[in-house]
Amino acid sequence: MNARTHMPKKYPSGAEVHSPAFIDGHSVAIPILKILKEDGTLYPSADLPELDQAKAEKVYRAFAFHRVLDERMIAAQRQGRISFYMTALGEEATTVGGAAALEPQDMIMAQYREQGCLIYRGFSLEDFMNQMFSNEKDLGKGRQMPIHYGSNELNYMTISSPLGTQIPQAAGYAYGQKLQGKDAVTLCMFGEGAASEGDFHAGLNMAAVHQAPVIFFCRNNGYAISTPSDEQYVGNGIASRGVGYGMKTIRIDGNDVLAVMKAMQLARSYALEHQAPVLIEAMSYRLGAHSTSDDPSGYRSKEEEAKWQAHDPIARFKTWLINQKWWDDARDKTLYESLREEILAAVKVAEKVAKPPVEDLVTDVYDQVPKHLEKQLTDLKEHINKYPEAYPFTAGRF
Amino acid sequence: MAQMNLLQAINNALDIAMAEDDSTLCFGEDVGHFGGVFRATSGLQEKYGKARCFNTPLAEQGIVGFANGLAAQGSRPVAEIQFADYIFPAFDQIVNESAKFRYRSGNEFNVGRLTIRTPYGGGIAGGLYHSQSPEAYFAHTPGLKIVVPRNPYQAKGLLLASIRDDNPVIFFEPKRLYRASVGEVPEDDYQLPIGKAEVISQGSDITLLGWGAQMEVIEKAAELAANEGISCELIDLRSILPWDVETVAQSVMKTGRLLISHEASITGGFAGEVAATIQDECFLHLESPIARVCGVDTPYPLSLEKEHMADHLKIFEAIKRSVHY
Ligand SMILES: Cc1ncc(C[n+]2csc(CCOP(=O)(O)OP(=O)(O)O)c2C)c(N)n1
Repeated sequence: MNARTHMPKKYPSGAEVHSPAFIDGHSVAIPILKILKEDGTLYPSADLPELDQAKAEKVYRAFAFHRVLDERMIAAQRQGRISFYMTALGEEATTVGGAAALEPQDMIMAQYREQGCLIYRGFSLEDFMNQMFSNEKDLGKGRQMPIHYGSNELNYMTISSPLGTQIPQAAGYAYGQKLQGKDAVTLCMFGEGAASEGDFHAGLNMAAVHQAPVIFFCRNNGYAISTPSDEQYVGNGIASRGVGYGMKTIRIDGNDVLAVMKAMQLARSYALEHQAPVLIEAMSYRLGAHSTSDDPSGYRSKEEEAKWQAHDPIARFKTWLINQKWWDDARDKTLYESLREEILAAVKVAEKVAKPPVEDLVTDVYDQVPKHLEKQLTDLKEHINKYPEAYPFTAGRF
Repeated sequence: MAQMNLLQAINNALDIAMAEDDSTLCFGEDVGHFGGVFRATSGLQEKYGKARCFNTPLAEQGIVGFANGLAAQGSRPVAEIQFADYIFPAFDQIVNESAKFRYRSGNEFNVGRLTIRTPYGGGIAGGLYHSQSPEAYFAHTPGLKIVVPRNPYQAKGLLLASIRDDNPVIFFEPKRLYRASVGEVPEDDYQLPIGKAEVISQGSDITLLGWGAQMEVIEKAAELAANEGISCELIDLRSILPWDVETVAQSVMKTGRLLISHEASITGGFAGEVAATIQDECFLHLESPIARVCGVDTPYPLSLEKEHMADHLKIFEAIKRSVHY
């Protein structure tokens, strides 16, 4: 058989050389998109995203809500009111900016630190609280740990703790959107740590081979719990992998919300028009602890953290808004004050709402409760009736 | 003897194993300088260097596959999977590779030096994905050994035995007890046998069997039963595979009754295997059906954790039903 006749259409190509020349990830120099400077002014000739005053204000309000929510919930965790929390301190531009560049019909499949997307989409303060207090009004019925949000109405897929699992799922979801001719894409967010999982490689390859309109968005924030990114991967970041899988790829400053929005808007129109995947790598820094169970002083210095404080995405955007005369300090102060009050009040309401009823233990395992679970529930109720004081959340409610 | 908590006992066992054999390596997510998210490997990188105790990329499949390669080569890897819930990305490497290396090669190659350590179990408000007890999946796989200690003394002796055992061992650590369980632990080297159950206390009316963190719950139930004049014999199985049929059968022949309790859901759980074997061994000695008190057949929930769990009250009720059958 002649190998030539079986040569694939896109046979890997390049110049012919006659003495060996190895290449590595750094042979492909990957530029980084920056639009807004640290001081709140624009880089000369920078290409702005589509953004009017109303949208800019919506983005900023989401930022403020995010900051106050994170600050209050950390405090609530320290007071023992909730068991766990994760902030996205310093990374808000990736998620708020990401969602702001999408349409409501676009699906978002996130990892866990992406509450900014939900804030932008208008997940209510009550919904946030009900999830974190795992009460009977939680859309997820109190089954998962705090921060595992999900909303069908807002096209935000419920978070699953195992890392990377959403990546191939996003490829499949987007492929389904494509087959059904939907005017929608899927945004899949994950950390640079999760990009080491097998699911990342499987997911990108599936999306590339089957040309799914999915935007893979890596929040490269420098750490996976205590593991710094230089112990996570070698090579030119995550972006070089997008190139390897044959998809359109871009690296951006993740602390620059205008760069995030610009890249996302282009990625969305590309993914829709070409019905093909895109990879975005957003360079940022996880300013806070990994979670409330973590203590970063065990693995990094205060100086390093302080250095990154200066790259705060929110302060930068605020200065720009003020320069635009779209915002001012007085409105800023009022906004933060009212958010603090609202969130504090919402905590007090949510913590008093009852826990889910005992029936919720056995529903949703299957579409209908099978016989064996019905029996287990009956036995459980009988047992609870015998020892009501041992099961204070459910006793006396059936 | 020193007072140690379960984490310190594990750390101490790893220290001894690394000191005695240069080819012993400890690795996993966050295992290096930070010492693991639970700090089980604290200080080991400082003592034995970055080449022998290190962070891996975030890929469980990679961690166990890498460990399989190391073990096949003759090194002694002790790989950490950060939570037992996240062992599933490595399922293929464990079930198809670790477990079958020796058999499929006619003993040309083996990964007997492999140990996988992983924190398991609930009761820490961890919800669906930080609470699972997946031992039964692995118990269905010939070629693996499965060990679950219940306290610091057991943890050190069993971990050293696991590391030195010439078979791949999965060592499930009860994370609820990591800091809660403190006890006397000899500072020097000792081993406890894999495959041997421990009779914790003698009794005459019923045998109560469990492993790991569940032993504490079972002990509490036995106390309630004692107040009602019921005498329980308590057995810690300690290793799920191979398991000590003889010790359990002897006890059941004496007491005439058996109750098995584990945290994992009841259907397909390891209690079913024990019940089937013991009714085979002890049929004519049984005075009541073998009882199983286990988790409800649902994922492990957050807010209804107490309802889901095989707690001491559920076990106590089952003891009474069995004794008054
Ligand atoms: C399969 C799996 N393995 C391990 C974990 C435990 N874990 C939770 S978060 C995390 C680090 C993730 O880092 P990264 O993806 O970079 O995201 P970041 O936290 O930095 O936002 C780890 C190891 C998990 N949730 N799932």
